[in-house]
Amino acid sequence: MDIIPKGERIGIVGVGYAGLADIKRVSAKDHPSNSDTISTNTSSSIDTNISTNVSISTTTTPHYSYKELMFLAARMAYEDADIMVRREDRISFICCTEDFWEGNMISDEYMPDQLGAVLRPLCTVAADGLYGLITGFMQIRSGLVDVAVVEAHSKLSDVVSRKEIVRFALDPVYIRGIHPDIDPYFIAGLEMNRFLYETGNSRESCANVVSKNKGNALANPRACYASNVDSSAVLSSPVVAYPLTSMEVSNYADASIVVVLASEHKARMLKGSTDGIVWIDGVGLCSDTPWIHDRNLADATYASLAAEMAYRMAGIEIDGVNKYIDLAEIDDTFSYKELQHMEALRLCRKGEAGILVKEGFTAKDGDMPVNPSGGSLGVGYLVEATGIHRVLEATLQLRGSAGGMQVQGARRALVQSWRGLPTASGAVVLLSSNQ
Amino acid sequence: MKEGVVKKGQDIGVGRGIEPNPVGSKYAGIEVKESDLRDGRYMSIRYSAMFRYRWDTGIAVGRFLEGLRDGRIVGSRCNVCKRILVPPRVFCELDFAQIDDWVYVYDTGRVNTYSISYIDKQARRMSSPVIVAVVELDGASQGMGIMHLLGEVRPEDVYVGMRVKAVWRSREERKGAITDIVYFKPL
Repeated sequence: MDIIPKGERIGIVGVGYAGLADIKRVSAKDHPSNSDTISTNTSSSIDTNISTNVSISTTTTPHYSYKELMFLAARMAYEDADIMVRREDRISFICCTEDFWEGNMISDEYMPDQLGAVLRPLCTVAADGLYGLITGFMQIRSGLVDVAVVEAHSKLSDVVSRKEIVRFALDPVYIRGIHPDIDPYFIAGLEMNRFLYETGNSRESCANVVSKNKGNALANPRACYASNVDSSAVLSSPVVAYPLTSMEVSNYADASIVVVLASEHKARMLKGSTDGIVWIDGVGLCSDTPWIHDRNLADATYASLAAEMAYRMAGIEIDGVNKYIDLAEIDDTFSYKELQHMEALRLCRKGEAGILVKEGFTAKDGDMPVNPSGGSLGVGYLVEATGIHRVLEATLQLRGSAGGMQVQGARRALVQSWRGLPTASGAVVLLSSNQ
Repeated sequence: MKEGVVKKGQDIGVGRGIEPNPVGSKYAGIEVKESDLRDGRYMSIRYSAMFRYRWDTGIAVGRFLEGLRDGRIVGSRCNVCKRILVPPRVFCELDFAQIDDWVYVYDTGRVNTYSISYIDKQARRMSSPVIVAVVELDGASQGMGIMHLLGEVRPEDVYVGMRVKAVWRSREERKGAITDIVYFKPL
């Protein structure tokens, strides 16, 4: 059996973040999203956040360098974990960065100082933050260290040529050359169209996801794109790449997220008990072929297989997943992705996701809340920090400290990430608490 | 491969390849000339991408660059280990403490190590070599300083421990960049 033996668990003992909805300070910098991203509804970059009673939030962090942002997030996480980071000797650090997003080769070499990782083991996982979390999990499981610090960040306000970087990820022989100017979002359009065609889900269902997640985000103090918006407004927003409209695309934000993992023994020592520790019960990851034209565009097969791996490790029957889990924080980079991932993760049967969203099953107070944090559509898209941000939100839920977003009685959460266009790679993590 | 076009399982082979060049090159394999690409004898893909970034300096880098514009070198002091760090940062990498104590250090110092570069980035010999040095600045903690060029000195006269001083651009020319210091010269 793959079930983690009791007494050998690995827990999340600390979480920290910096950036995201940074209230009060309005960016003096001309936000580069105007030049290189799809201009979405004009109100989206300065959304009114009624829950915090402050009128303006910003998605950029012009007053901090990315290193300073990381330092603030790390300090918060270490305080939360009750660790003196420089006194730990069985500790390892994992960053999730892509050199092109950083604008620096060997970007990992610039990470140690601000994490307290100088002269300690540090490696970079060039993938979504959930891959970093799983790497930390493995390092502790293998007995290499007792504590693993996982960091991922988005400093997209520094990156002017965002679209050019995504274009650069396309296959140079077969895809990049087919049109010199086309925005890479067309791949999302292709996926969405086939997904809707095969499953019978509707465009309205996708729009309902946007409405739900932006609405959930109103209660999230970290959310940059919270708003009350109904699905007709989503559907009537400009089309980006048919059938995808501009409001169905998550917008960029800046953040650094840090998660501290510890072996059960170490976690108990730090916390004095198991209270407040969020356990990792299962992990899974999966990559599909890079041949966009040859892979299954309707089903997120990578998510299905990553989930199966995680469910097996946690000892969960696939048929009972929706009953086992109290909430899910899953990828919603684009509206349809949430529906596609719900079905891939077996939270419902194929073709049912849209109905469940419409009938409120996945609402914050529904039977199976999906993205009560607001997800990427409500909080903001964080490139490699997207998955680990979901871990942060799920951890707060399982500790019972999610404030206005709290799902009552939440004890078990599913977190899933997708690496974004043009990939078909993703990871799944199952979390639980003793609450 | 579609059936009907080629019989299933049939080896379609490869087209007549270009024979390896037996003569005319001292290397094995196929020699591809610039003209071959121009004439379309080989497929070539040209793709140039321009990646632009606009980094936020944040607190520490911003203060350092502002200092340079004023003709001064800014450091920061860690109240835990008491080191004076140059360039400044808002956190100490050794004890993970937050720093908010700013100091000026002198623009004089001592050569910690140096190298003399005789080739450029294309590996061509340069007519006049470039001397790069790590300079430990006066007023900063031992081992702290900046990397810069040395000038007004012959390569053979440089030595470890040599005393040097910054040569600044004029006030009007300074713009808050590392090049506001032209080089360090012997003191």
